Amino acid sequence: MSNSEAIPPALRLFSEQIRAAGVDGRALAVGGGGTKAFYGNGLRAADAQALCLSAWRGIVSYEPSELVVVAKAGTPLVELEAALAERGQMLGFEPPHFGQQATIGGCVAAGLSGPRRMASGAVRDFVLGIEMLDGRGQLLRFGGQVMKNVAGYDIARLLAGSLGALGVLTEVSLKVLPRPLAQTTLALPMGQAQALAAFDQWAAQPLPISAAAWVDETAWIRLSGARAAVEGAVRALGKGVAPVEPALADGFWTSLREQTHPFFTLPSASASSSSPALWRLALPARCAPLAPPQEAGMAPATLIEWGGAQRWLQGGVEGAALRAWVAGLGGHATRFRSHHASADAVFSPLSGPLLTIHRRLKKAFDPHALFNPGRLHPEL
Amino acid sequence: MPAVIDPPSLTDRNTQREPSVAAPHSPLAAQLPIDAARQQDVVSALRAVLPAHCVLWREEETRPYECDGLSMYRQLPMVVVLPETETQVVAVLRRCRELGVPVVARGAGTGLSGGALPHAEGVLLGMAKFNRIVAIDPLARTATVQPGVRNLAISEAAAPHGLYYAPDPSSQVACSIGGNIAENSGGVHCLKYGLTVHNVLRARVVTIDGEVVELGGLAPDAPGLDLLALYVGSEGMLGVLTEATVKLVPKPALARVIMASFATVEAAGDAVSAIISAGIIPAGLEMIDRKGVAMVEPFAKAGYDLEAAAILLCESDGTPEEVAEEVAHMQAVFEGAGATRLAVSRSEPERLRFWAGRKNAFPAAGRVSPDYYCMDGTIPRKRLGEVLTAIEAMQERYGLRCANVFHAGDGNLHPLILFDANDRDELARADAFGVEILELCVAVGGTVTGEHGVGIEKINQMCSQFSRDELDLFLAVKHAFDPPGLLNPEKLIPTLHRCAEYGRMHVRGGHLPFADLPRF
Repeated sequence: MSNSEAIPPALRLFSEQIRAAGVDGRALAVGGGGTKAFYGNGLRAADAQALCLSAWRGIVSYEPSELVVVAKAGTPLVELEAALAERGQMLGFEPPHFGQQATIGGCVAAGLSGPRRMASGAVRDFVLGIEMLDGRGQLLRFGGQVMKNVAGYDIARLLAGSLGALGVLTEVSLKVLPRPLAQTTLALPMGQAQALAAFDQWAAQPLPISAAAWVDETAWIRLSGARAAVEGAVRALGKGVAPVEPALADGFWTSLREQTHPFFTLPSASASSSSPALWRLALPARCAPLAPPQEAGMAPATLIEWGGAQRWLQGGVEGAALRAWVAGLGGHATRFRSHHASADAVFSPLSGPLLTIHRRLKKAFDPHALFNPGRLHPEL
Repeated sequence: MPAVIDPPSLTDRNTQREPSVAAPHSPLAAQLPIDAARQQDVVSALRAVLPAHCVLWREEETRPYECDGLSMYRQLPMVVVLPETETQVVAVLRRCRELGVPVVARGAGTGLSGGALPHAEGVLLGMAKFNRIVAIDPLARTATVQPGVRNLAISEAAAPHGLYYAPDPSSQVACSIGGNIAENSGGVHCLKYGLTVHNVLRARVVTIDGEVVELGGLAPDAPGLDLLALYVGSEGMLGVLTEATVKLVPKPALARVIMASFATVEAAGDAVSAIISAGIIPAGLEMIDRKGVAMVEPFAKAGYDLEAAAILLCESDGTPEEVAEEVAHMQAVFEGAGATRLAVSRSEPERLRFWAGRKNAFPAAGRVSPDYYCMDGTIPRKRLGEVLTAIEAMQERYGLRCANVFHAGDGNLHPLILFDANDRDELARADAFGVEILELCVAVGGTVTGEHGVGIEKINQMCSQFSRDELDLFLAVKHAFDPPGLLNPEKLIPTLHRCAEYGRMHVRGGHLPFADLPRF
């Protein structure tokens, strides 16, 4: 007999699907709009049954004066962002959509943040609460609608970025931020080393920098905040260069966020080279320009984001050597996107006591290992 | 008391060994005695792995550890251990695991929910000797610190670089960063700068098995599950912290605070909503009610308006231009919201004076009452007026005064119930008054704890806030880190037995849990 809260009729189907899958031992591929399907390891089970939340959608409540929005997991991200924009607010982590059908549930489960991440925070920093179905088909709520909430373990934040491994998100409560009063972008020609040094120097000052990127020998800085602060920063950093025209600036930052910028186009797969992949590196602050191990003398192309903390590599990269090199710098590497699956795991490996804890958590949430098996980690 | 029968349908997760009674479950209960024979076994085992001066067991040495900041709950620990190195921490945990001895970790002992209340059969693991600032990296804007380092000490060390550590609980002059991480502490500035969880990059933790794990990291988005987010706020129950790396932020050039008076608490609450609706995120936004003002003003002489029903302290920080723009905006909003009086700090000493009352609420309470009970709960901001009115009515019913100071910006309430602990009836009424406030917080859509943690204090209220399935999942998460259940047992998560005894079971959607349990 279940003693969880009574499940709304519309979610009962999902709950039953989960229970049935538990009996059959059949995996479930949890998803929303499928826009992040490329991301993560392939599922361990070839015959996973789809569990799609895209029909479970709608904003449940939105209180601009509370800085909280609550939405069903299948709510399209475009719809949510439009509702926030109408009231002069936004999601602080500026998430990528990667497609029109992106849902807020998928956005939280994927845990991907956009250009604003270093200034404002990551996806999990804005999660206030969630409702989810666990591996027993039970409907559970963690967190709530208030930021100051330390009751119990922070399972709501744990679900962010878990790629569906622990449960099916059915509802999320998120903190929202006011849109900045003023915003200006500067594009300053400079080399990679100079850009990284500049980013480090500026980050230590109280400047209203909401995004910092480098590509094609140009450093791009977005300044957001009070008008007086933005204008002051433009004078201090701009070196007399005129700011980028607003529409062009928005276009640039969107092209980074959505990876539509030409840099991100994967070269076509060819028989002679290993499968081309877009690698994502996460690095500690103050990491020098990259000199990653090269394959066959080809230097990988680099795009820098997050003031240097996130860097993208294209071409000429061999996985194992890259991971070892990045780990030596205190960071980690993700094979973010490629044409074909490879034997290489997508994420940096886990081992030892950390992996043991992961296994036990997986068992606690999803005892029959139904949800997206293998996607977050080959063993989970 | 009805007999409680565990239904046979319970899953394995909830059939953990019911721990032997650890400590008083209520402020009125007596302390539990120490088993002297067992104590000597444990002392010998620990003295084999630690220098003698690190192991305390005589009552005069362990008495200082019998409570934390929630002094109405006290329990002598069996043994106090004060390690000096991580190797010693590992050895202690391994020994305790072997012997089945519970371990309660303690930072500075300033916690307000009894999270560091000792266990009568356990070790109190004091981390105060871990007080080194390992490194400050001003260009990377990080500080690597040991858990016993005081919160304010981090900012003091970062100050020469124009940086500081933002989370500022009112106890920051004394509280430890390890304790802050255990409780996910907030403070006045967390509305703008985040809670502890938003400001920690990495935690080095020793498990009950004596294994060292690194959670998070210096690079963003560590691979795997976000165990760092899970660890922050876990109240010493998942592992023992030996080192952490925290974020430092640039110190703003200038800060100004506005003191705004209002004729009613509703008007003050509406003004808070108006500030947020105007797109302003103040550096701090605090409210003090009339009783609170009357209590703190003679002590702090901050110039608070004794006539007002409630006053708001609203801070702006940034560059001088930013602050000028923002303060003008805030003033306009407050005027529009019917403020009866507005004052803006004109200098740094004046700004500190404006804050002095709010920050010294506890010592001020100590002047007007033998004891006080500081509550902590969070509610949606829009329910502020309603909740304060309800608390006013409760004061009549319980015959106890209650002043309210709180983080209005995020609805985190700190009612201060004034009473005399020597009067057992007042102690019982204060406890009951507190419980009723917490239940009200949950009823209006909030939570039983905004920042002080659950500890022992609110473990019963967890039965109201969560369903049994949710509590069982918490137990399973705990089990994933600590299978023998030896780290800070009987805190935070109530077992089924406890909820049934307490009588406040979670009824959601009209669905009564365990409907077949006999109830009288």
